Amino acid sequence: MVDTRVNLSGLELDNPIIPASGTFGYGYEFSRLYDINILGSFSFKGTTKEPRFGNPTPRIAECTSGMINSVGVQNPGVDKVISEELPKMKTFFKKKVIANISGFSIEDYAYTCEKLDTEEQVGLIEVNISCPNVHNGGMSFGADAKNAADVTKAVKAVTKKPVYIKLSPNVTDIAEIARACENAGADGISMINTLLGMKIDLKTKKPVIANKMGGFSGAAIKPVAVRMIYQVYDAVNIPIIGMGGVETAEDVIELMLAGATGVSVGAANLVNPYVCKDIIENLPVVMKKYGISSLKEIIGGAH
Amino acid sequence: MKQSYFKLLSNRCIAKSVYEMKLLGDTSGIILPGQFVNIKIDGLFLRRPISICDYDENSLTIIYKVVGKGTSTMSTMSEGAWLDLLVGLGNGFNITDSGKAPLVIGGGVGVPPMYNLAKELSKTGANVTAILGFNAKDEVFYKEKFEEICDRVYVTTVDGSVGTKGFVTDVMKNLEYSYFYTCGPYPMLKAVYDTSKTSGSFSFEEKMGCGFGVCMGCSCKTKYGNKRICADGPVLTKEEIIW
Repeated sequence: MVDTRVNLSGLELDNPIIPASGTFGYGYEFSRLYDINILGSFSFKGTTKEPRFGNPTPRIAECTSGMINSVGVQNPGVDKVISEELPKMKTFFKKKVIANISGFSIEDYAYTCEKLDTEEQVGLIEVNISCPNVHNGGMSFGADAKNAADVTKAVKAVTKKPVYIKLSPNVTDIAEIARACENAGADGISMINTLLGMKIDLKTKKPVIANKMGGFSGAAIKPVAVRMIYQVYDAVNIPIIGMGGVETAEDVIELMLAGATGVSVGAANLVNPYVCKDIIENLPVVMKKYGISSLKEIIGGAH
Repeated sequence: MKQSYFKLLSNRCIAKSVYEMKLLGDTSGIILPGQFVNIKIDGLFLRRPISICDYDENSLTIIYKVVGKGTSTMSTMSEGAWLDLLVGLGNGFNITDSGKAPLVIGGGVGVPPMYNLAKELSKTGANVTAILGFNAKDEVFYKEKFEEICDRVYVTTVDGSVGTKGFVTDVMKNLEYSYFYTCGPYPMLKAVYDTSKTSGSFSFEEKMGCGFGVCMGCSCKTKYGNKRICADGPVLTKEEIIW
């Protein structure tokens, strides 16, 4: 028997697999396909203080080995998430969920986080300071070490739950920002969000995405994720939820060797709705193949 | 929704750049006409959503136009190939609204989902009228097949090379009908909306990420709140649409 358990700041997971926010909705569609209680946890759709429709369409563009999205954190707002979505999720998911939150000001982040703090189902709060698709500064929090630290302090002040700051790869020195978050009290780092990208249609000679730019994700970004997780693992002493282009159990192990404790699966869910199930079932086989008896032991193993 | 593998039975060109593909497999995920499938194509990241033209217990027919890499690859697939499909996506058409004399209006590759719909409507005893709009004669397909199941079939072409010269609305404006269903390019849907005299259902197209309601890539605003074209649509009713 191999041991796939990992621990994220006290949150014990049966395995490191966490569907990434924005690629798993609230889990309903997937729970109709398989018992999603096999997951380590899942990070539900990004939540903001107020309801958001998001950006104009087209919001999606396909690229080589990946896709660009510019959804813009469409969600019903934190009050509805608490009154409607969380109770529904509870009916089919018995483990703790990860609440991903976004905001436009430090006060927004603190407000949303404080509301979710009293929700027993929420095991961890993932603070998205890196979404490339929200205007008015969503991105700027993640692009600047001081802002990142200020958001971290503000949310830490209003919750007892573990706080993981989700970082943007669209920065000069991600290790510096991770260190600033750690110093400000972050319990962990979640990385990487999408890379800012663009696709131009040769027929119309204009960007495909209505908002022109969007977040590039999918298999193509995995080497960037591995490199950045490796760098941040060296820079901080708090756990990392790693993500970026993960599609297989081998990819999970690669990100863990780079330094991830948990591993999120994002864009792959949109193409193969069973991908997380496939990875979880295949993980013990791949662990055996590479002589790994416990996943905890390989975290940061490449250093 | 169901994921399953389908075996390609036939794949033939039926009009200019338009192909009809017949597939053998588990169709139990399909509930209503107007639903779609999402097809995985080797070498491409996202699946390709294609409307269902017709289906029975173990086979389905799709019709697609070659417009890009995905459909171009599909057009080269030969008999016996296996395709990974998500089937039974979207809400589909509600046929209980139709009344005695429903009208189905398809434009270009918006024609295929009208076929199974017309079939189901005619089974209820309704007298179905179809308007099939194309650009030119060499793009026309399925006229005879619609004639087998509909009371009246009108073809329109923009260049007048066959049928009525003009748009589907040039025929629609002179007809009486109890309800209408339509699928086609966005400007056509808008024109049908403006021309229509009764309630109706519109099937929309949008660039999709997943096709099953989780990524929010294809959201739109309606009078009844935000909807996802892939999961809450692709069919919206006339009453809820905001243009």
